[in-house]
Amino acid sequence: MRKGPSWFNITSIALGLAFLYLPIVILVIYSFNASRLVTLWGGWSTRWYAELLQDDAMLAAAWISLRVALVSATAATVLGTLAALALVRMGRFRGRLLFSAMIFAPLVLPEVIVGLSLLLLFVAAEVDRGFWTIVIAHTTLIMGFVTVIVQARLLGFDRSLEEAALDLGCPPVKTFLTVTLPLIAPAVAASWMLAFSLSLDDLVIASFTTGPGATTLPIRIYSEVRLGVKPQINAICTIMIAVVAAALVAASVLSKLREARTALPVPGAV
Amino acid sequence: MSEKTSIAANRSWAARLVVLAPYAWLIAFFLVPFLIVLKLSLSQTALAQPPYTPLFDLSAGWQGLKDFLSGLKLDTYALLLSDSLYLTSYLRSLEIAAASTLMLLLLGFPVAYGLARMPRRLQSVLVVLVILPFWTSFLIRIYAWINILQREGLLNDTLIALGIVQEPLTWLATDTAIYIGIVYSYLPFMVLPIYATLEKMDESLLEAAADLGCPRWKAFWLVTVPLALPGVVAGALLCFIPIVGEFVIPDLLGGSGSVMIGQTLWIEFFGNRDWPVASAVAVMLLLLLIVPLMIYQHMQAREPESNR
Repeated sequence: MRKGPSWFNITSIALGLAFLYLPIVILVIYSFNASRLVTLWGGWSTRWYAELLQDDAMLAAAWISLRVALVSATAATVLGTLAALALVRMGRFRGRLLFSAMIFAPLVLPEVIVGLSLLLLFVAAEVDRGFWTIVIAHTTLIMGFVTVIVQARLLGFDRSLEEAALDLGCPPVKTFLTVTLPLIAPAVAASWMLAFSLSLDDLVIASFTTGPGATTLPIRIYSEVRLGVKPQINAICTIMIAVVAAALVAASVLSKLREARTALPVPGAV
Repeated sequence: MSEKTSIAANRSWAARLVVLAPYAWLIAFFLVPFLIVLKLSLSQTALAQPPYTPLFDLSAGWQGLKDFLSGLKLDTYALLLSDSLYLTSYLRSLEIAAASTLMLLLLGFPVAYGLARMPRRLQSVLVVLVILPFWTSFLIRIYAWINILQREGLLNDTLIALGIVQEPLTWLATDTAIYIGIVYSYLPFMVLPIYATLEKMDESLLEAAADLGCPRWKAFWLVTVPLALPGVVAGALLCFIPIVGEFVIPDLLGGSGSVMIGQTLWIEFFGNRDWPVASAVAVMLLLLLIVPLMIYQHMQAREPESNR
């Protein structure tokens, strides 16, 4: 029996990828359109990028979003990694079922439910809403994604390294820091990046938990989009795509370098 | 799973912290908020700030608990059941979620199947290509479709240029646009779990079937499809559950005629400022999703053990 892909296989992949990428490519092209009418092609131009730099409200929103994403991605990575360790290494502790339910449910739960419930908590606790309430909400939403990625990595590596360190009298905390953490570092880094982009992306939960003076970029873009398509929006979207693409390329290059380094035979090593 | 792992055996403060820190966070910011939603859905709308009757006052002791219990009302749920607006909204959400999950499956399965049959080296590159759009903003991807689907958009221009239609068609603010947006946004969530199961499949099973004279389409149906089933179920749940509560896609691409339940919740909350009704809508939505959520949870919890 033939093992390679058939024409049907190749066509379905090609169509699938075209469907996924065409809209994004079109958006990027239109962001360089000189015409004010989004759909009418008026030649190449970067005028919308220049106008974007004058849009103080948009820039302020971008700055808030970046700060929210930095803080919440970091908090979610710490908490999510701990949760992954708990699930993989702690065996059957009390309340494990509730624990895993609370971690994995936010991954699929409709965002309106999570957003509403957190807002009601903040109102009941009489907290002023703003930057920190969005950070808390995003951390809660995102930590599950971190747990999934780190958990897969923890299950995948050789436990005997950890056990050897422990048998040789290395304290558990030190074992974690010197053996486990370096081994799961790529997964932790990848999950931080995913957490960052998820936080940067979120509209619904931020809308519920935001307060005066904390308009994030998606909230800003959403309110503009509701009023209709504008060339500036194409431009800011293109910038966001470029930032994410650059980060991903950098990450993959770094991991390739790392792989190449570890694959090289170390002189003097047995 | 080895029960007595060395770290687990040594339940030091650090080991406790590993469980307690995320646990405490999730109880404070995931479980407790839910209980508040539940409580609020049982209280009455009040013209106050915040717009509902107050919560349980701990300092009041027993009397407070009695007042709390007697203060619970089922009014909001009665409203939800009596006003057909909510019922149609729920049904419409289920209908859209079911139909789009089916479309995702029909589109996603051939892509996942194709991926699994590609040469190994190419596979990893193609999988990354499928994941990549997921990293760009969700809002941007929906917005990109507005560019294409609007009346003077690229789709109509292309159709007219090709001579397929004479007049521009209305795409935006229709159900078609909602389906396009949903299928577009959720496609990676369907492709990846199916690919993961197909990729692990043992090719020799198909060879055995062929050797025994089984036609290819029949071998596909009797061998490949059953083996891919866990991936199909996982993908379907990963799509269906969030789609039911979807807000952004129907709001930006759909019409104003009939709304999905996520939009209803949003309107009750931000538009009408009726927090108790919004909470009741959320509770009902959760009840609606409880069975698919439990199946999903069951699969997630078993995942690590099946990998061992």
